[in-house]
Amino acid sequence: MSGVNETVVERKSDRELVVTRQFNAPPEIVFEAWSRPEIFQRWWVPKALGVPLRACEMDVRTGGGYRLEFGLDAANAMAFFGKYTDVVPPSRIVWTNEESGEITVTTVTFKDLGGKTLLTLSELYPNKEGCDEALQGSAAGLPIQFEQLDDLLADRAG
Amino acid sequence: MVQYKLAPLDAAFAALSDATRRGVLEQLGHGECSITALAVRFNMTLTGIKKHISILEQAGLVVTEKTGRVRTCRLGPGRLEDEAAWIERYRQRWALRFDALDDIIDELKQGEGQNVGSE
Repeated sequence: MSGVNETVVERKSDRELVVTRQFNAPPEIVFEAWSRPEIFQRWWVPKALGVPLRACEMDVRTGGGYRLEFGLDAANAMAFFGKYTDVVPPSRIVWTNEESGEITVTTVTFKDLGGKTLLTLSELYPNKEGCDEALQGSAAGLPIQFEQLDDLLADRAG
Repeated sequence: MVQYKLAPLDAAFAALSDATRRGVLEQLGHGECSITALAVRFNMTLTGIKKHISILEQAGLVVTEKTGRVRTCRLGPGRLEDEAAWIERYRQRWALRFDALDDIIDELKQGEGQNVGSE
């Protein structure tokens, strides 16, 4: 926990949340961690959750698709899927989140800061309600496992 | 499954995670209301609505006051923190992910991407 690279969240509008953070590596490396499934799955679902990804298929190219499925077994699995609508290595990845029936669009950009990277992630919801739900954590994008994460964070903060 | 040892943020978050409780807050935003009136408004038993009110009370989102035989509810001091609390929770989720990503990026920088797949 360096404290230097702080994660900042802003609610830009009723429909949009924006997360920014700096990383101590050039965009090529950060992009790689986002575009190679075997690497991506190691940080996207933090180990602390103790919930293994059952499947992680990612074809990070414009027009490609992805499917992440996690849960302890098939009966309790939760799937996330969508398409990559705009991929420009190493500076930009845009994808859709389609599991909830309404499409949310996530845009991640990697800006070169001379050996470092400014990452900006924007989540654009189809309406205000979707955005509110995401914040409350009850949206499809936040499975039950996040409750464990919440507990964990509460413990750490306490 | 109500936990009573939640941090304030958790309590607010848990309180706001339920549609009825959000409805109660919205209703109280228009003015104070008795528990009985809220039960009618949300088509619940007195016991059911009291449970919700109690969770909102613990989170500081609602205060109640008994006058004679009527218990009145109004918004509490915690109400302005709703959105801030949600955003903080959302931020923590990303921060946790990104901290994990930092470690991976260090590995990638050192190993040029060799042997960094799942072990």
